[in-house]
Amino acid sequence: MSLDTTHAPVTSAAVPRPVAPSGARPVPFRGGGFRHKPLGFVGPLVFVALIALWELGSRTGFISPIALPAPSEAFAAFMDLVQTGMLWTHLEASLYRLVVGWTFGSLLGVSVGLAIGLFSFVRAGFLPLVSALFPIPKIALLPLFIVWFGIGEGSKVATILFGTFFPTVIATYGGVDNVDRNLIRMGQSFGLSWLSIVRKIIIPGALPAILSGFRISASIAIVLLVAAEMIGAEFGIGAYILMAGALFATDQLICGVAMLSILGLTISFFIGKAEKYFLNWRT
Amino acid sequence: MELMIENVSHHYGETHVLEDISFTLKDGEIICIIGPSGCGKSTLLRFIGGLEQPTSGQVLIAGEAPSGSLNPLTYIFQDFALLPWRTVEGNVSLVLEDHGIHGSRANAIINDVLARTKLADFRKALPRQLSGGMKQRVAIARALAVNPAVMLMDEPLSALDSQTRELLLDDLVELWSREKFSACYVTHNLAEAVRLGHKIVVLSRRPGRVRQIVEIDMPLGERFERMGELEETQRHLWNLMREEARAADMELADVA
Repeated sequence: MSLDTTHAPVTSAAVPRPVAPSGARPVPFRGGGFRHKPLGFVGPLVFVALIALWELGSRTGFISPIALPAPSEAFAAFMDLVQTGMLWTHLEASLYRLVVGWTFGSLLGVSVGLAIGLFSFVRAGFLPLVSALFPIPKIALLPLFIVWFGIGEGSKVATILFGTFFPTVIATYGGVDNVDRNLIRMGQSFGLSWLSIVRKIIIPGALPAILSGFRISASIAIVLLVAAEMIGAEFGIGAYILMAGALFATDQLICGVAMLSILGLTISFFIGKAEKYFLNWRT
Repeated sequence: MELMIENVSHHYGETHVLEDISFTLKDGEIICIIGPSGCGKSTLLRFIGGLEQPTSGQVLIAGEAPSGSLNPLTYIFQDFALLPWRTVEGNVSLVLEDHGIHGSRANAIINDVLARTKLADFRKALPRQLSGGMKQRVAIARALAVNPAVMLMDEPLSALDSQTRELLLDDLVELWSREKFSACYVTHNLAEAVRLGHKIVVLSRRPGRVRQIVEIDMPLGERFERMGELEETQRHLWNLMREEARAADMELADVA
């Protein structure tokens, strides 16, 4: 761009458009290729295709029925559960343990996590304890829990409670630690009370980490649920799977496992909804 | 209300950050603090606002804050420090809630400050929807809501692009002409300093000492028109800072 001395009125017409010489060609395109496109229909399609292939393999005898039952057989086992009314019995028992254990585990976990995040004294005292107890597989403690809380619901709920407690503690105090220090300083500079800063700045700021902690603790809860039900339970999805395994009723086994998968998907769907609702301020 | 900074020195461990800083901020006066990066400008501002305590020396307040001032010493931050989960009005009401101001009283204040910062149409917007300039105007609105006696501004325009910076600079000058607030304005931008400062405190590189306090008599309102005359002051400031800035640039950053 040269600075012309003539004072021509600046209009779009006054700007000369460049004329391309012959033989000019477009710049070759080299971008693209690493960005993900949303292809929502592919996921379900893979599912359907895999199940169809599996069914086809079983029908033609390529897959031995002893090794793997056909999907249709597993579905028949499911319909059997529905008709006998056992579906609800198993589901009710499992959901009760899951909901009670996970809810109390999470509530306690969030409270202890906040305390560790906020008070130096609690952090100094409890963090080493949490770090020491977190890696213990809670299922190893089940015999102890049975002694402490009885063979009934108590020991199963306790297993899930302890299993979800620790990851929630760690997610929560990590979230508190990661709240933007400058926002806290802002709160202090406007003279907000301690409680206001915790309630209006620290907890909302830690919420993304807490919710993603919930995601992890929910799947841990399902694993522990099945494990606990396999050790001593009359009803529940875990008990159903164990029974099926003992009888080599592989169709029932696959049906039980599929129910667990659907349970997990449902929980993660609701947590996703909660994230959308509470974290709509994020981009 | 006046602020007196008396012999303030500070060190983190072995590192001396500030040494023997003294100056006075009078009512209705804007003092700009400039200095090379890492000279402790922001730290000094945190002492003035009571967010940190210096190793020695003190910051004194003389006189009463004007009545109705909810938070006499009020900050404006470089990164805006808006709560991303609150709307524009929510961010302003945050600082009123703790003073028990709710409902229609809060609403009246919010309306007033948003109008003064030209944000009335964006009451319900979330910070992520706003441009940098608008975010800083929200932060200014929030500061105005508590009726500050002294505004403590920590490089408020540094995160903005240069056009937005010009616009906001004009807004600040206009605001000052109406309200005559006093302010401590930390910046590394000499142009901002000569546009806004009644006095300019030039700090040396670490450990920060007062190298010179430059006074500019020209009324703030005229400075945009008479930029040419300020050029010389700006060059003088740059001459004071050039060597310090070069040396500071070569230093290893060993303090947070």
